[in-house]
This record gives sequence, C-alpha cells and structure tokens, in this order.
Amino acid sequence: MSYDVAIIGAGVTGAMIARELSRYNIKTALIERCSDMAMGTTKANSAIVHAGFDAVPGTLKAKLNVEGTSIMPELCSVLHVPFKPIGSYVVAFSKDEIEHLEKLKARGEENGVPGLRILNSDELHKEEPNLNEKAVAALFAPTAGIVCPYELTIATVENAVTNGVEFIRNFNVIAIDKNADGNFVLKSEDKTIEAEYVINAAGSFCDQVASLIGDDSITIIPRKGEYMLMDRAVGNKVSHVIFQCPSKMGKGILVTPTVDGNLLIGPSAIDIEEKDDCATTADGLDGVFKTALKSVPSLTTREIITSFAGIRAHSPTDDFIIESSSKDDKFINVAGIESPGLSSAPAIGVYVCNMVIEAMGGAEKNVDFVPGRPAPVRFREMNTEERKALIEKNNAYGRIICRCETITEGEIIDAIHAPAGAIDVDGVKRRTRAGMGRCQGGFCGSKVVEILARELGQELDEITKCGGESKILFGRTK
Amino acid sequence: MIKYDLAVIGGGPAGMAAALRARECGVEKIIVLERAETLGGILEQCIHTGFGLHYFKTELSGPEYAARFIELVEDSDIEVKIDTMVLSISDDNVVTAVNKTDGLLEIDATAVILAMGCRERPRGALNIAGTRCAGVLSAGTAQKYVNIDGYMPGKEVVILGSGDIGLIMARRMTLEGAKVKMVCELMPYSSGLTRNIVQCLDDFDIPLKLSTTVIDIHGKERLEGVTIAKVDDNRRPIPGTEEFVPCDTLMLSVGLIPENELSKNMGIEFDPVTNGPVVDELRETSHPGVFACGNVLHVHDLVDFVTKESQIAGEGAAKYILGGKTDKKYVKTKGINGVRYIVPQKIDLANEGDVELYFRVGDVHKNAKIIVTYNGQEIISRKRPRLAPGEMENVVIKNDMLKNFDENGIIEIQVED
Amino acid sequence: MVKDIICVACPMGCQISVDMNDNGEILSISGNTCKRGDAYARTECTAPARSLTTTVKVSGGIHPVVPVKSAQAVPKGLIMECAKHIASLEIKAPVKIGDIVCKDILGTGVDIIATNICPEA
Repeated sequence: MSYDVAIIGAGVTGAMIARELSRYNIKTALIERCSDMAMGTTKANSAIVHAGFDAVPGTLKAKLNVEGTSIMPELCSVLHVPFKPIGSYVVAFSKDEIEHLEKLKARGEENGVPGLRILNSDELHKEEPNLNEKAVAALFAPTAGIVCPYELTIATVENAVTNGVEFIRNFNVIAIDKNADGNFVLKSEDKTIEAEYVINAAGSFCDQVASLIGDDSITIIPRKGEYMLMDRAVGNKVSHVIFQCPSKMGKGILVTPTVDGNLLIGPSAIDIEEKDDCATTADGLDGVFKTALKSVPSLTTREIITSFAGIRAHSPTDDFIIESSSKDDKFINVAGIESPGLSSAPAIGVYVCNMVIEAMGGAEKNVDFVPGRPAPVRFREMNTEERKALIEKNNAYGRIICRCETITEGEIIDAIHAPAGAIDVDGVKRRTRAGMGRCQGGFCGSKVVEILARELGQELDEITKCGGESKILFGRTK
Repeated sequence: MIKYDLAVIGGGPAGMAAALRARECGVEKIIVLERAETLGGILEQCIHTGFGLHYFKTELSGPEYAARFIELVEDSDIEVKIDTMVLSISDDNVVTAVNKTDGLLEIDATAVILAMGCRERPRGALNIAGTRCAGVLSAGTAQKYVNIDGYMPGKEVVILGSGDIGLIMARRMTLEGAKVKMVCELMPYSSGLTRNIVQCLDDFDIPLKLSTTVIDIHGKERLEGVTIAKVDDNRRPIPGTEEFVPCDTLMLSVGLIPENELSKNMGIEFDPVTNGPVVDELRETSHPGVFACGNVLHVHDLVDFVTKESQIAGEGAAKYILGGKTDKKYVKTKGINGVRYIVPQKIDLANEGDVELYFRVGDVHKNAKIIVTYNGQEIISRKRPRLAPGEMENVVIKNDMLKNFDENGIIEIQVED
Repeated sequence: MVKDIICVACPMGCQISVDMNDNGEILSISGNTCKRGDAYARTECTAPARSLTTTVKVSGGIHPVVPVKSAQAVPKGLIMECAKHIASLEIKAPVKIGDIVCKDILGTGVDIIATNICPEA
C-alpha cells in the first residue's frame, strides 16, 4: 500500500497528528508496533493536563504546553472524553519552597499561563483539608486538569479513522528504504508499506526509528515512572492535582484524583536500559507511597488496587524535538515528547500537520471531516429513565459483565466493533473500564474473553491480554 | 414497581437457603435475584468433594450440594431471576436490578436478604512488583476456566497462598496435566485444612513453602517466571533468599473479601474485621428489614455453616415481614485476646432461643481454652485441643443466660493458652 | 521401618508413626489420639485410597465439560491414571447428576458418576 504520510507510533502524539492530517484529502497511515494504540508512554503517565508554568520560556515545551492545554477542553468535548479542569497546586513546605513557587509563577506568567495565584496556608487547607498540615503555601493553576490519556488517544484514533486515516496494528518498523519514486518503504517482519512522508512519533523508540534512515542525532533515555492507583473510596482525598516542589528528575510525586474517581499517586523516576521495561519494583513503589504521604499523610496501603509503571521518552536536550531530519526533508522527527507531552499533544498535532501541509505545498481540505466521535454509551453514568430506554433499544445493555464498574455487554460489543476497535482483553478494558475495578477482572475476565471470541469469530484460546504471546488460555483441558 | 415480601440478592447456597427457610416460615412473595446464568453460586465450579458432611451427613461435590437446594427452589413458588444484576437498594428497600429480558426491574421489597457472597483479593491488593503480563490470575478464576469452560489457564504453575482454594487448584491443575511447581505461603502455617494439604499437595509431591512469598513477576507478554523469597517474622522478604522460579502461570489464593458494594452504598454499619455488615442474632443489619448471610457477612470455610446461617437470616426476615419492626435492646459481642471477630456482633435481649456465636482466632493454638465473659465475668469456658485461623469456631449462649443480661452489656470471647 | 503420616480423619492433624516389618505388616501405631486415627493409619499404610473428582468432555451440551467423581475412593496410586482415562472419554448431553460416565474404571470396581447436570445446548 502507498500513502502520502505514514506516522510511526499510535501514542497520543501520533494520534493527534493523524487526526489533524485527516482534515485534508491526503492518505495517511497510522502505524503501531503493538496490538492497540496508546500502549507505550501514553498508557502509563500522570494523566495531567499541565497549566504550563514548568517549561523554560521560549522552548517548544512552553509554547506547545500552553497552546495544547487551551485546546484540550473543547477537543475533549467533541471527542466525548472526560476532561476535568480541577486545577493544580504546587505545595510548599518551607520558606525556600515558597520562593520557588514565586519563581514558577513568574515563569508561568511569561509562558502565558492564565490565572496563577499563590495561596496562603489558610486558603490552602480550607480547599484541601486532607493535605499535610505542614504545607505552608501553594501555587494554584486554575487551567490545569485531568484527562485519561489512553481514552483520549483511543477517541482521537477512532475519529481519525472515521475521517479516512488507516490504522495499522502489529506493524513493527524494522527497516526504512527508499524506492525508485523517492518514496519511503517501511518494512515490518512480514509487511511493507510505502509513504512519501514519514513522521517519527515512536516515543521512547524515536532514536531507533530515526537511525533506520541513518539519522543518529536523537538520543532517548527511557526513564521509568511507577504509580499506584487507589480505590474510589479515597478518590476524594484531594480535589486538585497536588504537586510537591519539583526536582531535577521531574515534577516529583503527585497525588491526584483521576477522571474515573480513583486516586493516583506517583511517579518515581529511574533511568533504565530497556525501552519497554514496564516492571514495577518494590523499592520504587515503596518510595512513591512514602513520598505521597508527605502530601497526604492519611493514605494507607490497604486502598491500593493496582500499581503500574510507564516510560518517559526523555531527551537530554530537555525540549521537544520537532523538525525534519537532517538526513531527509520528508522524514519528520517528533521526539523527546515527555511531560508535558500529553498536555501539548493537541498543539503538536496542529504544529506537525502544518509542517507537512507546508512541505507538500498545500493540500485540499477534507470536506467530509467530522471533528467529533459519537458519545460512547456509559451505562454507569445514566439515570433510570435513560437506562430503561437504552435496554429497550438493545438488550445487550441489560447484561452487566463487570460488576465493579457496572459495564454492560452492549458497551463491550460497541468497543469491539468501533472504528479501530478492541481486539484483546486490555483493549476492552481501556475502552470500557471492564476489569478496572476492585476485583481487577477476577469475575468478568473470563466473560470478556468469551465475548471477544464470539464477536471476533475466534476460539477462546486465541484471545490475548494485549497481543503477541500474551495468551490467556492454553487450549482445552480435554 | 413490583411489590414483593422478600427480595434475596444472590442465588448461591446462602440466598437459596435463606429464601427457602423464609418460605417455610410463611413468607409468600419471594424473589431471588442471581447474576450468573444458573443458581448455585460459586459451588457450581467447586467440583471437589467435602461439602455437606455437617448438614447432609454425607460427602458431596459443590454442584451436588447446590443441586439439592436448586431442586427445592424450583419445586417451590419462589420466583427466580437469573442473569440479573442488582444495581442498587434504596433506603426504603426498593431493589433496582437489570437483565436482558425484563430490562430495568424495580422491586419494592418489605425485607431484603443480602447474599452476594465474596470475591478474591486481586494481585493489585498485594502490591507485588513486576510486569503486568498475562498469566497472573486468581485461583477462583482459574477454577472457572478449568471446571466450567474446559480450558487450561496454564501449564507450569506457581500458587501463592495456601488457603483451601489454592490447595484444591494445585491438585486440580495436576490432574489436568499441568506441573504445579510449588505453593508459597506468606505465613508460617497454612490457612487451609490439613486434609487438603495431605490430599492435594503431599499426594502429588507438590512442595508447600511456608514463610515464603512472591516478590517479583517476570515476563513481557506471558508470564515467564516469578521471584520468591523467604520472609521474616514481620513478613518482610529476607535479602539473599531470592530464588527465580520459571513458570507460565501464577495463581493467587490470597484471601476473600465479602462483596459489599451494594450494602456500603446503603450506609449500613460495617465490621472492619469481617468486612461485612454488623448484624444481630437474626442476621439483621443496622438497616431495618435488611438481613445478611453467607460470605457477604463473613467468609466461611464450610458451606454447611453458610446454609445454617442463611436459614437464621430467612427466619429473621420472616419474623420482620410477618411481625413488623420491633424495638430491639441489644447486648454486644466482642472478640479479644486472640479472637479476631464474632458474628453476630449483637444480640437482642428479647430473643427467645439460644444463640450460637461464630468466631475466628488470629493464630494457631494447641490445647487452649475459650473463655466467654459477660461484663468481665466468666460465663463459659471450653477446652479446645486445636484452634486455627482457617477454622470457624462457635459457642452457644443459652437463653436463660441471656435473660440475665442488660442492654449495652458486653459479651467477650477470648483464647487462653 | 517407621512411616510417619498426618491423620486427616479430623481437623486435629495428628502426627502418627506406624512401625512396619519388611513384609509390610503393621507392628505398632503411635501418635494418634483416637480410634479413628488408628483406622486411618492402617488403611493409609496398607491400601491408601482417595476419591477422585475431575471433568469429562460433553458433546452437544451447554458446557463443554461436566464434573464427575468416583463413587467410592480409588487406590491412591491409580489416581493419575484414572484421571487420564476419564480425559479420553466423551459423553453426550443431556447429563443428569448420578449418570454413570464410566463403569468399573481401570478394573477398580469403582464407577465414575456425573455430579452436575448438563442440558442440551
């Protein structure tokens, strides 16, 4: 197959670029090495839309963060992705740290962040009664918010696919050549595709992908971050994103509600060797929990329902790298997209799309472009009348599969048959929340496997957790 | 809205026994709401024998035990809705449920019996470090795959937790041709029955590693192995004792939690030790007309006791439905010095019969005494050759004793070595 | 020769020592605290037996397998072989509780019977 543009990597960055490109009549492929989108850096991060006071003024990070954050509310609204503009606090525990807040505030103002304000101890503890009483002040950023990064990415890809982008899973680019027409030829173990332009949005693998065309200018240091997710019962311990004063390694341990009402704490920050080493460590998790206690002393380990780790695609340049490769004008690197990458992604999408269209000398608009996706059914959030009407229309919504999260069979079927739909258990989980509750799939796991097998016309033992060798069952007992 | 005298949430052994006893006591319009495709609850997948020795005086498999009650329910005029999930119970006992055929059901019930059972503690609750690969599952989930769906969840298995489900699954997987490498137990003793250790592990030469836990999970896509380590007296891993064990499956049998999401949303009073509602001797919760029995109340080791307890709840609900709400004056119960909890947590002084108190100890004791006191005065002392956390104990408070007690008095049970 | 066994007749779990001569005849039994323990130890040393539960393949039923048990205990040494034999069988739905799935398994005189229903799909 031949495309105008091939985007390597279906994380939030690649997805946003794909969606922006789908506004034009150009043929775009979004290529992903895993079985689903949002499987790398996008899958596991703090899920924060940052206000934009962290980045050094004048950097791409500063510009794109503030722009991205300003686009986010409207974008989430049309894509029907929950976004909560809950605001963030950077908490100071000493006089020195208050000085640091002042610096952050000044920097934020230079970056164009609206509404920054320093709260005194009384104001702070009135807003956040569970915060450590030793906290003396906080920098309040009203434009910060929370969003589910994979839900945003899934919705964005769905929308891009609806607008004509082709989503290609399980395509691990191992070689990039040029053919006689001057087009790139991207090869996986068993497939090839051609494209005039290539966008390298491969997250922590950006350096490896760039080196496939002989571009060795990029270095990505994978930096692991571990998190703990806590039960809904403590989801209201804090009502804003709570940061501690940042250190060299990152923004420190944060405590935040999630859009689904849980409480998230993390991340740790450890530079690692392997780019996909998402194993949590006892020491890392221990450190996360202990440091989170500094912000909210009343947390207990009993409320932890799961823990996970993600990889930051850290670049030693400390800024996003978004430019054509020195080796080839038509190969655009979008690398080093670490925090505030999620917040910046909508703006990165626009920025990269403009680069491509300019390089092409302009392109025809896609007159059929629809900016949003239909609202997915969320049985859990409906009232009695809505539920009645829904089941009357389709009784698959009358069968609850996941008890903890109240997810119906109908929602799971929808997730499987959506554009770029779920093909494995984790895919269903990320799209519907089935298996994400307290029992972590203990009861519904086997039912989800059954539904996937039935809807995809496969045997039970062909269904995987997350593609590849992650099979769940080993054949029949007899 | 449909009017019922009694709505029973859950059609497992608890729900069935409660509904049947309520019917026998004269309650007329009863509905049982079951979320699975059949009645029977978890017994349907517990195909091993060992059930019914107390209640039926014969050894039955799980499905056989369940079948005896399913037949009685089917022969009665008790209404049953399968594949039906209860979404909420209101303050005035309106039960909202949903299924494919009836859509949204609203049931206005005079009394409600909670019999939702329990669920397994997942990996997340243990906070084991490592990757999130396929091949880590709870023993009960594995049991369903093997015994109901007929699929193998793995070939080389390590089991963490030596509770009865873990032991039973060690044998089950072995009989189906898997290699069970070991069963690891965090505690210095197994919480499973001795007969299960002998018949499920020793018979098949499966090692039981006490004071040992899994500290790391390896494998990118499917599990490739686990790291185990010995633990010290504070259950912390001992550095230097780590050992890598290759396996494709890690089964967790690390505890059961009463499934009380519905009851918690109703604002019922809870016992932090049992993780179930606080109940009186009729198994009535703090919410008038709402009763609880079986594993939703506290986790049982024998279904026979679930049946017995559920019959008490059925009788209690019948009294409430037919006699109406009465003012109750309670004496409280409390476990101390080695007794973790007691069910029921309170007894109505107007109760007309003897009351059996069920309790669990926190540690293994040999040749110990169980002492029952009322307001500090010893009233009962019983010798027990052996006490273990995995085995529920009971003592009977005779009615003539109860008559001398006062409101707000306290009955305490303790272990004396 | 002394054989140590754990009694499973009740939850006590007594450690019982059985002293046997070279012909396998029992000379003495110690460590048990009741008569049931004595009896258990004797059978366990001379002819240990266990009840077997597993599943058997069903065709045309609502489930692919149905649970079964041995009607009486089978010799302990034959447990794995019996399980393998049952794994090779296939029965037809509908199945009722008590249906004989396999008569006199491996010549032990013990029948294998279904312990649950399996209606036709």
